[in-house]
Amino acid sequence: MTRLLETQGLTAHYGDFQALFGIDMTIDAGETVAIIGSNGAGKSTFLRALTGLRPTAGQSVQFDGQSIAGLPAYRIHKLGLAMVPEGRRLFPSLTVEENLLIGAAGGRKGPWSLKSIYDLFPDLVAKKHNPGTALSGGQQQMVAIGRALMSNPKLVLCDEISLGLAPKIIKDIYQAVPQIRANGTSVLVVEQDVGQALAVATRVYCFMEGRVSLTGTPASLTRSQIAQAYFGLTEEAH
Amino acid sequence: MQAKTIFPIAAFATGFVALSVAPFWADRADLRLLMEGLSYLALAQMWNLLAGYTGLVSVGQQAFVGLGGYLFFALAMFAGLPVIPGLIGAAVLTALIALPTGWIAFRLNGAYFAIGTWVIAEVFRLFAAQIGSLGGGSGISLPVTVARSLGEGREAREMTMYYIAFVIGAVSVGAVWALLRSRWGLALTAIRDSEIAAETVGVDTRRVKFLIYILTAGFTGLTGAFIFLQKLRITPDAAFSVNDWTAFVIFIVVIGGVGTIEGPIIGTILFFALRQVAADWGTWYLMLMGAIAIAVMLVDKRGLWGALRSRLGLSAFVTERRL
Repeated sequence: MTRLLETQGLTAHYGDFQALFGIDMTIDAGETVAIIGSNGAGKSTFLRALTGLRPTAGQSVQFDGQSIAGLPAYRIHKLGLAMVPEGRRLFPSLTVEENLLIGAAGGRKGPWSLKSIYDLFPDLVAKKHNPGTALSGGQQQMVAIGRALMSNPKLVLCDEISLGLAPKIIKDIYQAVPQIRANGTSVLVVEQDVGQALAVATRVYCFMEGRVSLTGTPASLTRSQIAQAYFGLTEEAH
Repeated sequence: MQAKTIFPIAAFATGFVALSVAPFWADRADLRLLMEGLSYLALAQMWNLLAGYTGLVSVGQQAFVGLGGYLFFALAMFAGLPVIPGLIGAAVLTALIALPTGWIAFRLNGAYFAIGTWVIAEVFRLFAAQIGSLGGGSGISLPVTVARSLGEGREAREMTMYYIAFVIGAVSVGAVWALLRSRWGLALTAIRDSEIAAETVGVDTRRVKFLIYILTAGFTGLTGAFIFLQKLRITPDAAFSVNDWTAFVIFIVVIGGVGTIEGPIIGTILFFALRQVAADWGTWYLMLMGAIAIAVMLVDKRGLWGALRSRLGLSAFVTERRL
């Protein structure tokens, strides 16, 4: 397995507030890793730091064999690290197809194209000339995922892609993950839904208050371990 | 096509055709007004491209109007360039000077950028006042020979002048439209919608913004060069006036509709209609203008065109991109 991503002691601050206190994480090519944790645990901040939206200059962030700490967002994107941002953030003045096309602006070659995105999400074909925001929540999420994939990333980061969606829609969307991996793209999902995360991931990290509180394969973790790592419950609290 | 598109397109097309033959129906005073209107249309399109699409709110565009004017005078008087090459030369030089000024201004964000651009314009104004060969603080007139070279007789000269203004106005609209329909338009529209999201999907927002800054500086310089060719006289205070070249332009874009191509066109028409009616009211006119701008922002900050478009679904300049 080749190492795709490695952070050592990654920290992040918002002004005086420290959001991350030294995150160590590794992701190998072909893995699907999930980050779980409650609100404010630092999950989204971690993704923003990886993608260059939070400053990381001088820290240790290795991606695909090179340091990406402190690089501007578009350069990291060009190296093959794409993100599906929380809340989807589609461009309302662009059509579905234009929203997808702008994802390809970096010009990386690979298996993903308009055609393969429409194969992955056939629902979008009939909507391709609609404004990106005139869709159902699930379809918008498909556009957001497609937009990230259009850059042919080596690793795609999905931030809370189940947020605000009906359970059936969530299932549909997560069905795409194995296909994404089959095309050679590794996946990192951030999830509040622990069940969903354990079902899709090969490895799980649990964040609590800006630190990794637990990590392992889904099979090796027990419910009570996860509850403790998730909520910070101690044995005495039972 | 639907009526919602046909009606606005017909209206803009009629306006375009009427303007293209204006010297045959308008008298001298009207023609002068139209030239001024076309100049303001170009300034408004450029400010809108900069602020409406890339979010760079500059209150220092008078820097480039003034630079264009002064550079044109210098090229005509000292280098002996004919009018058209002089105008183009002034535009290119303005864009070149915008490279270092942009490099400075781009260290600043948001409100600091706005103030920074204003300060840069003031520096240019003070600098212009120091150049003795261009008249220093009291300014200088364009030699008669330059104006004469535009044509035999007053009528021919005014015809030439009008068509220069017409080309500047029309190209400002056409260029923005073409830009938005290109690959660049995708990035620009994305940045307008959400800069953070644009960064997330790999748009090099800084580079796009810088290039738009340079492009608008050049075209604003061209417009400035023409404005002072028409005035035949330039002074530092007139050339670098924040009121004339930025405040009025912002007013036009805000009431017309920021972030649209049609907005600056409608805003220019409204601005000049208002001025024709109310300019004699003195200070009351300026207060009325301020009140209108505030009212537009309170009622619908998308401006007149933005409000019409969202309520009626109108659109004239369709910018769907074909890649």
